[in-house]
Amino acid sequence: MKFLKRTDLDCFLTAAAEHRTIYVPIDEEPNKSAYRRYKPRTPVSQGLKTTRSAKDFFFPQTENLVGFRIEDKKIKILDPRTEHEDFAVFGVRACDARSFGILDKVFLSEPVDTYYQNRRAHGLILTMTCRRPAETCFCTAFGIDPASPEGDIVFTETADGWYIEPKTEGGRDFLAPLEEFLEERDEGGAEEAKARTRETMEKLPLAGLKTDSFGGGKTKELFDRPEWASLSEACIGCGTCTFVCPTCQCYDIRDYDTGREVRRFRCWDSCMYSDFTKMAGGNPRLTQKERFRQRFMHKLVYFPENNGGEFGCVGCGRCLASCPIHMNIVKVMKTLSEGQDEQ
Amino acid sequence: MQEMMKNRAKALLADGTVSRVIGWRRGEFSYDVTPAVFETAEELERDFVFDAFCGANVSKYLIRESAKDGGRILAFLKPCDAFSFNQLLAEHRVRRENVYLIGIPCAGKADIDRIKKAGIDGVLGIAEDGEDFVVSTVYGEERVKQADVLAERCLACKSKRHPVYDELLGEEGEDLPDDVRFAGVAKLETMTAEERFDFWRSELSKCIRCNACRNVCPACTCENCVFDNPDSGISQKTAADPFEENMYHIIRAFHVAGRCTDCGECSRVCPEHIPLHLLNRKFIKDIDELYGTYRAGEDDGTKNPLTSYTEGDAEASVVRERGRA
Amino acid sequence: MQVNENETFVPTIVAFCCNWCSYAGADLSGTNRLQYPSNIKIIRVPCSCRVNPMFILRAFQRGADGVILCGCHPGDCHYTTGNYYARRRMTLLFSMLDYLGIERGRTRVEWVSAAEGQKFAETMKSFAAEIAALGPNRRLEDLRCRK
Repeated sequence: MKFLKRTDLDCFLTAAAEHRTIYVPIDEEPNKSAYRRYKPRTPVSQGLKTTRSAKDFFFPQTENLVGFRIEDKKIKILDPRTEHEDFAVFGVRACDARSFGILDKVFLSEPVDTYYQNRRAHGLILTMTCRRPAETCFCTAFGIDPASPEGDIVFTETADGWYIEPKTEGGRDFLAPLEEFLEERDEGGAEEAKARTRETMEKLPLAGLKTDSFGGGKTKELFDRPEWASLSEACIGCGTCTFVCPTCQCYDIRDYDTGREVRRFRCWDSCMYSDFTKMAGGNPRLTQKERFRQRFMHKLVYFPENNGGEFGCVGCGRCLASCPIHMNIVKVMKTLSEGQDEQ
Repeated sequence: MQEMMKNRAKALLADGTVSRVIGWRRGEFSYDVTPAVFETAEELERDFVFDAFCGANVSKYLIRESAKDGGRILAFLKPCDAFSFNQLLAEHRVRRENVYLIGIPCAGKADIDRIKKAGIDGVLGIAEDGEDFVVSTVYGEERVKQADVLAERCLACKSKRHPVYDELLGEEGEDLPDDVRFAGVAKLETMTAEERFDFWRSELSKCIRCNACRNVCPACTCENCVFDNPDSGISQKTAADPFEENMYHIIRAFHVAGRCTDCGECSRVCPEHIPLHLLNRKFIKDIDELYGTYRAGEDDGTKNPLTSYTEGDAEASVVRERGRA
Repeated sequence: MQVNENETFVPTIVAFCCNWCSYAGADLSGTNRLQYPSNIKIIRVPCSCRVNPMFILRAFQRGADGVILCGCHPGDCHYTTGNYYARRRMTLLFSMLDYLGIERGRTRVEWVSAAEGQKFAETMKSFAAEIAALGPNRRLEDLRCRK
């Protein structure tokens, strides 16, 4: 099996960056990283996860869709789309890797979102196994194996480097010119590292999280549960959970008048906001309880109902770490599951 | 302390003084506590927690809770929270008669991000041991000094005193000197305009416009924020341009200028760790220097500096002259 | 911001003028045939106190290179005290802009009475010259609105 030594990472990425743009997680401060364009000799973050998810690469927080300008008493339509450059995202964890599949179900089903599709077609995902999962991790609850992530190339991390396994044609093409940085090693080390990751996952506090009470068809049992009131009472209605979430895909489309032209852009929206679902005639979700319920019902019930049972959560734990009042999907699942058992 | 609070809460529930208690509910990993309203002694016994991680300011919830009928609500307020509450009271945003306040002492709150910054991850439990926290993790046991993982706002604590309460648990504290609090602002002021511009650009460009800083702020209590009102002409759901990052943060801080009690919630909740308190404290420092020391939430009869004036106030050109000196 | 044929920078300047003093002052400077730069765009407001910090920022967003607020002299406000509040507000705002690294010269407050046509023209000339020297507003502009 191919192996990349830790000391060779910089040369490997530098060489790779000659072929396409590479994005890597960079530490902004200890234990806080963000994806940045790779520049030679910049240390890649050793942290587990970036604060924001990797969905930005395909579904950026804001993007221009179309523009309008009046010229000679006619409306001229401006198309801001350009041919997207090829890029690769390095260091994506199993949870984020799965999230792209979830976003695909939304954006690549008819009618296909060409903006998303364009980016997706140009992006390679280089995933990495998790050596040190955090207490907030619960991807295994959704059937994700952090020791065996999806993606174009899988990097299995060990103490001194990474075992490298291309999974797709794109991945093999990417590695072809980079062979010189790789060496051949016995697979035993990879299996050992994977076993260690799986073992750690079992020791985590959220290891036993159950999803039995949720899934398609559970709307009736869950929608009117009294627990929603106490679960949502402390929610301050900010959008932190939705904006750090790798699978939240709701957006708003707005026009911005620059004075010379109108730009129609889309931007992330959050179901936690009071004007979400605001429409002519009013808003069907008037209180925070309803907005809060929507977020979790969507991830745990509506999404699986419409997508063959797949949950709309990947257990990355970002919302657990970022929520200002520490209310999150795990607490919701535990509380509602408990009530279910009693009934 | 936690047991004292629990017992007092149970006693006040039992004798009918209060019908509900607002406090903090135990979480999954010993640091992720959530503000919660408790109605029975059993709930309190099971879930009520008070420890170094109960940093969330509960004053803002009292706007909603004190507007409810059905008896008084008991709130435990740290000095910061008490300043926030008192400011809300001065603005007639809470109904005092519906709230029973117990002032609780505060030795500073721990910041889980600082523990994690020390390289500790996979946290299973955190126990206090003398001056240390003993953190048990999936990867073994770690030890950190409590003083080393205090939240920034606690290192710059302004007061250990409660400006408002019905009763106190523990000793009343004193005001602390302001120099530590303004050190960060003063440091920025000595930089050049270019350096300051670069500093704020690098910080504010991280903003994801989650609005957590606004929504958690006990001074931000508008029913409909200008940034959420599509008719305002400036409502923004996203910082689509660096200008909007500046606009949002300037206006957010300006809107609470003279009312901000410097509780530090904005910086605590920011998922991007933007030092938002440096904006609020700039206004506080300017107000102190230009219009005399003013402490929002004190309610000692002094008027809010932005709704009052003196004829001899400095002209706006003071900003330029200050720079020339 | 505009650039004329000779590629010299002609700043866009927004002047908020209170209806009772400064707007009348601008009028007087006109009737006295006093010249002031044509790149000053006057926005009439009922009182200097009507100007909220957002107005200033919005002017910059929409392409202003400098913003000046003119009102009655302290003590002379048509509404007695409006300009006193405006003064505090603008002082704090300008200080904040400075804190964020925005050039100090881009904002100004001047008190101009209805009888001070001369002062109005002089103030505008000096402000326009200062902004022209500072160059285009790059630190507080909205890139989408750049011409």
